[in-house]
Amino acid sequence: MNAEYRKDLFADERSDDFDIIGKPVIRQDILGHVTGRSKFYDDHAFDGLLHMRCVRSPHHHARIRSVDSSTAERQDGVVRVLGARDVPVNTNTLLSLINFGRDDEPLLATDKVSYVGQPVLAIVATSVRAAQEAVDAVNVDYEELPHVLDVEEALKPEAPIVNDEYPNNTFDYFDTYDHQKLRFGDVETAFSRADHIVEGEYQMSPIEQAPIETCGAIAAPETNDRITVHTSTQALFFSVGVTAKQLDISSARLHFIGGTVGGGFGGKVDSHHEPLAALACLATGRPVKYMWDRAEEMQVGGPRGGERWRIKDGVMRDGRIIARAFTGFFDAGAYTRLSSYAVQKSTGHLPGPYSIPNVASNVYCVFTNRTPSTAMRGFGITAADFAIERHMDKVARAVGMDPIELRILNAYRDGDMKAHRREAKNCALIESCQAVAQKTGWSLSSDAVRASSKTGGGEGALGVIPATVTDDEGRIGERRRSGLAPEPFSGQGSRGLLPEGHSSNNSSAFGNAPQRKDMEAEVERLGFKGATGVPATLQEPADETTSGARSIVPRETAQTTHPAGARGGPSLPAAYTQRPASTINQPIAQPPARAPSTPAAQQPVTPPAADETESETATTHFQRGVRRPGVSRFISGSRRR
Amino acid sequence: MAIHHGRGFACINYPIGMNLGGDPSQALVHSTPDGKFKVTLSSIDLGQGIKSVGRQLAAETLGVPVEDVFVDTADSDTGPHDMGSFASRGTHRMGNAIIRAATEARAQLLEAAAEELEVDASDLVTDGRGNIHVRGAPSRSISVETTATAAQFNQGRTLAGRGIFLVPLSEVDSDTGEMTPVSSFAHAALIIDLTVDDETGEVEVQNINSAYEVGRALNPRLVEQQLIGGAWMGVSHALYETTEPYYPDRSHGPIDFNHYLQPGPGDTVPHHISVLERPAPDAPFGGKGPGEMCANPVLPAIANAVFNAVGVECDSLPITPEKVLRGIRANGGARPQGRPGA
Repeated sequence: MNAEYRKDLFADERSDDFDIIGKPVIRQDILGHVTGRSKFYDDHAFDGLLHMRCVRSPHHHARIRSVDSSTAERQDGVVRVLGARDVPVNTNTLLSLINFGRDDEPLLATDKVSYVGQPVLAIVATSVRAAQEAVDAVNVDYEELPHVLDVEEALKPEAPIVNDEYPNNTFDYFDTYDHQKLRFGDVETAFSRADHIVEGEYQMSPIEQAPIETCGAIAAPETNDRITVHTSTQALFFSVGVTAKQLDISSARLHFIGGTVGGGFGGKVDSHHEPLAALACLATGRPVKYMWDRAEEMQVGGPRGGERWRIKDGVMRDGRIIARAFTGFFDAGAYTRLSSYAVQKSTGHLPGPYSIPNVASNVYCVFTNRTPSTAMRGFGITAADFAIERHMDKVARAVGMDPIELRILNAYRDGDMKAHRREAKNCALIESCQAVAQKTGWSLSSDAVRASSKTGGGEGALGVIPATVTDDEGRIGERRRSGLAPEPFSGQGSRGLLPEGHSSNNSSAFGNAPQRKDMEAEVERLGFKGATGVPATLQEPADETTSGARSIVPRETAQTTHPAGARGGPSLPAAYTQRPASTINQPIAQPPARAPSTPAAQQPVTPPAADETESETATTHFQRGVRRPGVSRFISGSRRR
Repeated sequence: MAIHHGRGFACINYPIGMNLGGDPSQALVHSTPDGKFKVTLSSIDLGQGIKSVGRQLAAETLGVPVEDVFVDTADSDTGPHDMGSFASRGTHRMGNAIIRAATEARAQLLEAAAEELEVDASDLVTDGRGNIHVRGAPSRSISVETTATAAQFNQGRTLAGRGIFLVPLSEVDSDTGEMTPVSSFAHAALIIDLTVDDETGEVEVQNINSAYEVGRALNPRLVEQQLIGGAWMGVSHALYETTEPYYPDRSHGPIDFNHYLQPGPGDTVPHHISVLERPAPDAPFGGKGPGEMCANPVLPAIANAVFNAVGVECDSLPITPEKVLRGIRANGGARPQGRPGA
């Protein structure tokens, strides 16, 4: 393994003069880790520690007729059997802490189970073995129900209802649609004038986060009627908030300790162990550990969910992609957890790191009768990127182009308008492509070698929010009634047209200002220089000698005129040129006229004035029906829609 | 029957910070009476290194040696609120909060030193080795330790700071998907070299060449650790891993590492990394989180390389020998595509 640091790239935007930053300082915790001295949650010993195991559903979907735990309760070592009725606020959704979505998941099942492994009872005993033997002695009378495991089967009218809170088997967005829309430009018209249409379908199966330390928590009585919880959580205050809510107690009674965790990769954000362990601690007055074994970690713990993506591209002969449509399905499993969030995260990511003037997507959070999925490294992005990058190679073959050349030709650059209606800045895709091509001897054309993320962006049609065709298809419940296909613009719903430049909100991507002046770091001590402080939306001077600027043709003429192909000239030597730093300080040209005005000057750390964007078309504000029984005293976020 | 070589490419970008914002982080910094600084957080260190990076950020901002700074996390009785360690937000959000907290503490440190030296605080600088001196006059100096002792016992002054960083919540438009998802993106491009055995369908990754753009490598060793491990995880995801081998059928789900396949430490392959640094304007010292994105380009690059080797479209993960072999048979044999970029 070795690494090189390309300090030559973007050197004009960066100062590297630091004492500690950028230095290979040894990890603060490494000596503890390699000598076995670091304390993880399970390294805290307690006298009289009790252990918890759960009675779990053997069925994908079943009604619970009755539960008989009388034998189990009499077995040696069994201290307490907990069921749904013992949980003060049994139903929760993780993102209720940011007011997103409705409470839909019971901590312990009530009248039905919706996936194999769903917990029905939690048994507390003096040993793991005693707890497991008691679990085996519980008799649950199930009435099996029809189940659905495929995301597209779940959308059909005849599919069984997985999650009673969402009877259409899809998460409700904005109390209006059964999916999250992205609409940018007019994909249908662009498809009709494309030289090639390239379609593909991509599937990712669920995978396991596979931390070395399995998820768990130990809850122990503290003085002053408090509970100490040692936990493997990735999000300490999420777990505090969920526990306070589900136990219906003040967070002042909860003392959570964590921070040293044996790997998470996204699988330790669900906050299921802490409420159950704390509940058992309250019920017994003794310390209780609830820890998954490896089998539970792999089959009961939320995996990275399955995702299915379909992509349809309209491509011109020269390799320029003029339209891209996505249909995406996130397999949430039986309950929402974080999949609703991942749908929006992936929508904001589309169409990948490319500037495409017409983009549409429908992305669904679908309920199926499987283990609820949750976060994992690259959450919401990994499968979309797999689909996009597989698809880019197919597009390259369709037009007979080198796959890296195709990416560089379509790569987003500073000043381009992204499909979520914000301007691209701080781009570095092109340079990353060039760097890896260079060192592997993958030869590129001179145009591709000279291309830069800093030049050629925002030109012509790629710099503006295009006039956009909208639709009202996929209203909640409509699909189940009519069998509407999931693709964008697949039905007969009414169409609208938003004018060029339309923007409905002005949210800023930048952080809040420092609370007080003396919390505001001096910019020069933070290592920024050169163009970094230049307003991101202002253009660098048009430099006629700069190669690699894209030849973008205006939207009107794009139908008939194709820019010269990126390939052509002989390949340059491996090294490629960087723009000299001096050009950065040339006078700043005025930005081209465009509908939304640009943000004020942006300084690092200091937030800019918010975008002043048009809001001539008022968006409909939907009320989200957040159900709040025993609402947390620990609401940690603001309202999300 | 033959072993076929394949080369595949993919490139990606990755959003840094919780999608749509609304995810605050707080940090507290205070000095002991002998000038050692404690950083108190509720961040979680899962191995990614937030304790270590937080320590570096605090030390650099304070202008004191890194050995004199210690990060304590996470105890809900002492550490202020943090949303959590996920969504590539730890370094970006908490890093900014630490810089603010350390900046406030530094201002008080310099004021205390100014009182001892009887100069104006704005004329003082730190030397990063535990001393504070008048700019341009290193002999007029006082140690951080002496300053802290004086602040505590003579001046009655705290050397402490608070910081919070919050990217305000963005709404999402129901009809267009308009939103402000994040403030910066990391980037990656990657080339995989592998072999495919057309008799068994087995894929063996031979070599990884990558370029990762991370804003700034705050700690190069931690960055390399993330990139090497993350790429390894991508190989594993691409070729081996799933909890549901016959998805969407639920049968044959693995319950241990005998059946849940992952390459072992001995299966790692040569990986040459190029690190690019284009600092992001509102990131701490420009640094973007490298941890989440690094596996993503590996998956499609492997699939693209398999196609290059034998002409089989692998559009479904994981790319098992069974899928490769069935694809080769459906094509009537391997169809090598020729070395790209040659």
